[in-house]
Amino acid sequence: MPSSLPAEIPQAAGTAPQAAPQRASKRSGSGAPGSGLSFLASELKVLFSRRRTWALLLALAAIPVLIAVAVKVSSAVPPGRGPAFLDRITQNGLFVAFTSMLVSVPLFMPLAVGVVAGDTIAGEAGLGTLRYLLVAPAGRVRLLLVKYVGALAFCVVAPLAIGLTGAAIGAALFPVGPVTLLSGGVVQPAEAAVRIVLIAAYIAVSLAGLSAIGLFLSTMTVVPVGAMAATVVVSVVSEVLDQLPQLEWLHPWLFSHYWLGFGDMLRQPVLWDSFGSNGLLQAGYVAVFGALAYGRFVTKDILS
Amino acid sequence: MSAGRAAAGPDAAGLAIETHDLSKRFGQQAAVDAVDLAVPHGAVFGFLGPNGSGKTTTIRMLLGLAAASAGTVNLLGRRMPEAFHEVLPRVGALVEGPAFYPFLSGAANLHRLDAAGRHTVPATRKARVERALERVGLEHAAGKRVHAYSLGMKQRLGIANALLSPRDLLVLDEPTNGLDPQGTREVRNLVRSLAHEGTTVFVSSHLLAEVDQMCTHAAVMSAGKLVAQGPLSDLRQAGSTRLRLVTPDDGAARQVLTRLGLAPEPAEVDPGKPSPDGGTIVAALGASLQQSAPLPEEVVAHLVQAGVRVRGFAVERESLEDRFVALTGEGFDVAQ
Repeated sequence: MPSSLPAEIPQAAGTAPQAAPQRASKRSGSGAPGSGLSFLASELKVLFSRRRTWALLLALAAIPVLIAVAVKVSSAVPPGRGPAFLDRITQNGLFVAFTSMLVSVPLFMPLAVGVVAGDTIAGEAGLGTLRYLLVAPAGRVRLLLVKYVGALAFCVVAPLAIGLTGAAIGAALFPVGPVTLLSGGVVQPAEAAVRIVLIAAYIAVSLAGLSAIGLFLSTMTVVPVGAMAATVVVSVVSEVLDQLPQLEWLHPWLFSHYWLGFGDMLRQPVLWDSFGSNGLLQAGYVAVFGALAYGRFVTKDILS
Repeated sequence: MSAGRAAAGPDAAGLAIETHDLSKRFGQQAAVDAVDLAVPHGAVFGFLGPNGSGKTTTIRMLLGLAAASAGTVNLLGRRMPEAFHEVLPRVGALVEGPAFYPFLSGAANLHRLDAAGRHTVPATRKARVERALERVGLEHAAGKRVHAYSLGMKQRLGIANALLSPRDLLVLDEPTNGLDPQGTREVRNLVRSLAHEGTTVFVSSHLLAEVDQMCTHAAVMSAGKLVAQGPLSDLRQAGSTRLRLVTPDDGAARQVLTRLGLAPEPAEVDPGKPSPDGGTIVAALGASLQQSAPLPEEVVAHLVQAGVRVRGFAVERESLEDRFVALTGEGFDVAQ
């Protein structure tokens, strides 16, 4: 370094003074939308290049594989036992996807989302990179938004990983044919694949509220594990409350209330009512916990 | 621009960092107490203080990471933290040690932090990352995961991050922490070259020698308060130059010194080590070497003419360390 240094100084001195202020003024005038996307791209790249993210996705993708193999090696499942659709797998492999998505929603999905959403801010704080992101300067609101969109991206990818793996392993181990829907209609395998994607979308929307809760909890601590655990606990509490008949008045307000409502995606024609109510409810949670996260994070002293 | 401003002098240029009455309380405890910093443009400003004296908390407030309990911060002439999106792109910072994503490579980390900035230009990112890595001598480790970096390499990467864009102000918190002597020297050279380009450099440190060697100005914190601030030469108190004479002819030497107008300190003030060469005499050499006091070589000539056996003669300037200890207290008493 020392030897090469002097040679670089004139170059730096030449470019630095003119470039910096001009660029700053020009950019701040236009709002610099391009660099906003650049930060989001970087966030997604970091999220999906982490080994932990891949471990989560692989664990989720292992669910349909386990189900398919278990069904394949065991004798025929008597109808009516086990999770919904389980007894239909031997006739149609696409049901591996439906079964595994149904099985994963109450526990595995909230776990995985809790890890990702709980890590958003607390993970950066724990590493110490939060202060460098803010000095960059990322802007606190912008950082929250980018972090939340990153968590949402995981919510989209995770159910897709289960659904698509399920369809693939089902097709590999079992015959594939027209799928009989809950409403009695029959759709071709291609249409069934669309339904798998629809269910994945439904699950992604279902997890938007939990992600916002995780984001908020993540602004409360510099210990990412704490925020992750808290997020998972919140989701379990919500699901337990949803089971208590005494609290029926509360049920429509619980963010987990519509989680298992994606059966409507398996009707002909598709019933969008639960999708709509779910979307509205999740939007409410996103608004409330987004505002809480904003209120907490914008004034927070970054001391880590 | 920056170079011109530096040449114009601090008075014409205003201040790169200016705080008024800046305070931070954590509960009852005042971590930073009514600090008025004034860092001129183009200065290499050493920010000194023992551990726990509030240096890093002050830096956090300068950069808008922590909110001040009271007082104001102006960075590059703009109010912080309100104007952060205009000010911070022009500020490179290393705050409380480097911090990176251990699972990303050095270059990928810089790409990430650069992308986080609102004003950075993606088109030039690759070239800027490469140049920053080159400047700190990390070009060969660019593709290595930070997980495998040594502390010194992380420190260099942290400095590279501060240099990703052309900056008007660099805030470096303990930049040589964890570096080997060679790395320390490189950082010093780097700071000098940056200052030469006109960048104002604000360096916090508890290493006095470091500040002594590279700074033009300094401030000293103690227990949350700013106890001294100004050009380094003022702080060092150029006046307190003294001579130290080793001779067996104590009485004769004292006579000569007194005749020359130098007041030798009584022997018991500085007993020194018993030496076969004789006793040690210490005397203040006047306000400054340039002023009315006799030149050291003249003192020696007079002593030798008077038959004093001069076995040791040294001119000592009060070190920054003496000054620092005088300001912040001796020993390990970290601010409570």
